[in-house]
Amino acid sequence: MKSAIKEKAFEILFLLAALSSTAAVLLICVFLFANGVPAMAEIGWFDFLLGRNWSPQDVPASYGILPMILGSIYVTAGAVIIGVPIGILTAVYLARFCPPRLYRRLKPAVDLLAGIPSVIYGFFGLMVIVPLLRELLGGTGNSMLAASILLGMMILPTVIGISEAAIRAVPESYYEGALALGASHERAVFFAQLPAARSGIMAAVVLGVGRAIGETMAVIMVAGNQARMPDGILYGVRTLTANIVTEMGYAADLHREALIATGVVLFVFILLINLCFSILNRRGERA
Amino acid sequence: MMNKIEIKNVNLYYDKFQALKNVNMVVPENRITAFIGPSGCGKSTLLKSLNRMNDLIPGCRIQGEVRLDDENIYGEMDVNQLRKRVGMVFQKPNPFPMSIYDNIAYGPKTHGIRNRTELDEIVVGSLQAAAIWDEVKDRLKKNALSLSGGQQQRICIARALAVEPEVLLMDEPTSALDPISTAKIEDLVLELRNTYTIVIVTHNMQQAVRVSDRTAFFLLGEVVEYADTDKLFSVPRDKRTEDYITGRFG
Repeated sequence: MKSAIKEKAFEILFLLAALSSTAAVLLICVFLFANGVPAMAEIGWFDFLLGRNWSPQDVPASYGILPMILGSIYVTAGAVIIGVPIGILTAVYLARFCPPRLYRRLKPAVDLLAGIPSVIYGFFGLMVIVPLLRELLGGTGNSMLAASILLGMMILPTVIGISEAAIRAVPESYYEGALALGASHERAVFFAQLPAARSGIMAAVVLGVGRAIGETMAVIMVAGNQARMPDGILYGVRTLTANIVTEMGYAADLHREALIATGVVLFVFILLINLCFSILNRRGERA
Repeated sequence: MMNKIEIKNVNLYYDKFQALKNVNMVVPENRITAFIGPSGCGKSTLLKSLNRMNDLIPGCRIQGEVRLDDENIYGEMDVNQLRKRVGMVFQKPNPFPMSIYDNIAYGPKTHGIRNRTELDEIVVGSLQAAAIWDEVKDRLKKNALSLSGGQQQRICIARALAVEPEVLLMDEPTSALDPISTAKIEDLVLELRNTYTIVIVTHNMQQAVRVSDRTAFFLLGEVVEYADTDKLFSVPRDKRTEDYITGRFG
């Protein structure tokens, strides 16, 4: 009898623990939407989402976040272009080519990449990437390209880790089947195993995108942060995250709510990315 | 009758364990040779050493010679070329998770065929040769994994035929299949006999009787007896063979 009560008590304890994380998500949703959506309505949906001018200090103020939406998308796309090929090839190497002795050193190094605080990445970008771009390509160096390179590095551990697991999960029989047809090791890996890991690798890319689009600190330090329509990869951009952080300190009233609404847009992006991820995962399980 | 493969004094070790003991054997051309014996007797091991799939197993060492058309496959011969000439069908059907067409085209593409019409012809021809064309001709773009197990195995046979091998190794190709699919594969094997040299490992003695010309009986890494199939099953010379085929052990 006593043990039954004890068991019930623990069950409730675990349930509460589980609920608390769900509650946190719900609270964030409620807070964001309750504060952001009225602001969007007040500014005008169209003027807010597609407005090209962000000048909250002007009279009358203008709250168009299209430059930041595009900034986030461009910077993330750049990060994907730089980080995904390197990441996938690294994963292939780790899973199928790397000698065990080297693997024992490479794998922890890749994992360490994930643990470095983003402000350190930002410093690295500021001290190395930005001056390098300034030397090589002119301009200030604080640019879309700098942010893309930095984010490309930051998504590497995500892309590598999940892709490697996906490649390792492919049945060995596909590899053997390819070899038995006279395929070389390389061809068997790239044209039989890698396609079989496709959905897992797509999931890795999607998670990498999520990481890139949500990154704030490192991007602010190298992207220039001008709130205007992106001009090109060598010019400064401001992302959604940067918009919130750079102005939140002094914003008030509608300006403050417009920043929260910026957060809503970012949040919707992240939700869409997570949706893609779970769809891909489900498809991967079925295959 | 020409000898396609000659196995000379082959000893094979997995680390310390000796899996094959001084095996000598000739495999005749355009005939079906069956390897039978209890589990762990070395029959699959010998089969895999004929196209060097044993190379993949860490700690596997082989001594002696395997000669294909009088050339030692463990000598100068390029292993990918060897596997093009000596194809293999596995115990568990293992089509790639891609379309039926791409499965069959994988081998020819591997060996440099890029021309679309040529590939189309090879795909159709291989599927016909593997007696599965009629079942899949309307869905070549479908994923091969959507087929039944027996169909998948015939896709794998078609895939192996697409690289125009000289020898076809089959490692218990029907052990994962139902009786009807098994019968289809056996009919197919008999048809392929005219064009290919076939070596088939089977744990099913009736299957060996039904399809093979020659049978080798393996026990504990040794070839106990190797003879024409009808002789081996009607008048076995070795007591151990007799015990095995009459079901006294195994």
